[in-house]
Amino acid sequence: MIKAIKEITFGFWSLVTGMRITIGQFFKPVVTVQYPHETLKIPARFRGHIELVRDPGTGKAICYACKLCERACPSDCITVDGVKLDGAKKKSVTSYHLDFTKCSLCGSCVEACRDGAIRYSREYNLASTNKDDFVIDLFRRLEEEAKSESHPAPAPSSTPAAAVTSPSTPADSPAK
Amino acid sequence: MQNLSDHLAQGWHFVQSLWPEPLRLILFVAGIVAFVGANAAYLVWVERKGAGRFQRRPGPNEVGPAGLLQPVVDGLKLMSKQLIVPAGVDRVLFRGAPLLVMAPVLMSLAVVPFSASLAARNINVGLLMVFAFGSINVMAVMLGGWASRNKYAVISSARMVSQNVAYEIPMLLVVITMVMLTGTMNLNEIVQQQAGWFWHWNLFDWKHNPLAPVTFLIFYICMLAETNRAPFDMAEAESELVAGAYTEYAGMGFGVFFMAEYANILLGCSLATVLFLGGWQSPFGVLSGLVWFLAKMYFLIFTVVWIRWTFPRTQFYGLLNLSWKILIPVSLFTLVLSSALMKLLP
Repeated sequence: MIKAIKEITFGFWSLVTGMRITIGQFFKPVVTVQYPHETLKIPARFRGHIELVRDPGTGKAICYACKLCERACPSDCITVDGVKLDGAKKKSVTSYHLDFTKCSLCGSCVEACRDGAIRYSREYNLASTNKDDFVIDLFRRLEEEAKSESHPAPAPSSTPAAAVTSPSTPADSPAK
Repeated sequence: MQNLSDHLAQGWHFVQSLWPEPLRLILFVAGIVAFVGANAAYLVWVERKGAGRFQRRPGPNEVGPAGLLQPVVDGLKLMSKQLIVPAGVDRVLFRGAPLLVMAPVLMSLAVVPFSASLAARNINVGLLMVFAFGSINVMAVMLGGWASRNKYAVISSARMVSQNVAYEIPMLLVVITMVMLTGTMNLNEIVQQQAGWFWHWNLFDWKHNPLAPVTFLIFYICMLAETNRAPFDMAEAESELVAGAYTEYAGMGFGVFFMAEYANILLGCSLATVLFLGGWQSPFGVLSGLVWFLAKMYFLIFTVVWIRWTFPRTQFYGLLNLSWKILIPVSLFTLVLSSALMKLLP
């Protein structure tokens, strides 16, 4: 009898303790990130899909279509093409397609590149209902980026490549 | 012509002499239905907002300021959904159950005194009426589950009935104790007896019922179990039974069950307020009124939400053990104790 009463009072007290803890949490600030309204700061070494790097001097792509990345890719998702322009020493890239549906972000292409012509982007808003949106034309993306930098107002474009290239990169968005 | 207007005036006086009472009743019925509807809608908001806050997230906040339009949008969604009556169900019971589940609560709220002058009916067996209608609610949900022709619904109905049978007993024992102590079943009189400072409330009636807080606790626990609220929500345990007895209900059929659940919580908390917390009486003996009733009732309702987001669901034998091994003996003991004390200390 005594034991039972003890058990009941102890059990009841443990319930009260639980309720005290939850009401304590009730008045503490919210911990979740309100995603569309605020985003977390992206780490410096975030691995998005790859992108071409521009030569800061010329504003053109560093890539000269040596195709080492294409060969290094285990999933066969990179297709590079280039032409040799008159008077130029090296070829220059004319198209660089990344089939992101197959890419596993292994990074072999970035490792294989001898001139640092490709790097990881910070793109993560990649959701789409259209499979074609994931075949990304990185060369066009680069050119559009260059254009939007010279003209501050970015022209909206309906190309699939532009669908994943938001005007403001996530790194610029306010961090929590 | 003169004759006609005389007749009309006479007729009008006659109607006027008849009207006051029916008019008052119609106003009260409309008022109660509106009150229950608004509460059901906004208690869902309170529930979701509370769930959010207890888990350190903001809860609904996109529809309207602080998500305040969420219940309106939810209601519109429920009303625009197709009402599906699955093949093989008992049509009459299936369609009738939502009505049967809602009606008793509305009836019971007619005797609840919200303030000294705000009660639809001042019946001297008010308490009896509330508990008489209260048992219809369970039967209605059971019928709905049974008529659904669905395994989950039938299991849920069986659970609900055994749960309600188990918890009706301690609840009624507590109510009998209170009726004995107050000497009346008239809810208005029960509140009037608790006038004055807060130590006149039945919750602090040490002299006649030294275990009054325990009695209140038993009443509250039974109220949670009777309304199928967490941690006693075995009847609609989502992880086990989908939506329990409501599995086959779509659109507003489900919506009415949901409204009835919140209306029952409202009724249970109002009764707890009336029986133990002095109803509309202010804790300081002055400025009594509707505000105090609502404050106490909404505090109890908030506690329901608080409990739901604190404790995990009990197991079924745990639920029955709690009732048969703890609540019933304790409530019987308080009944005997307070009747003895009433005889000894008149």
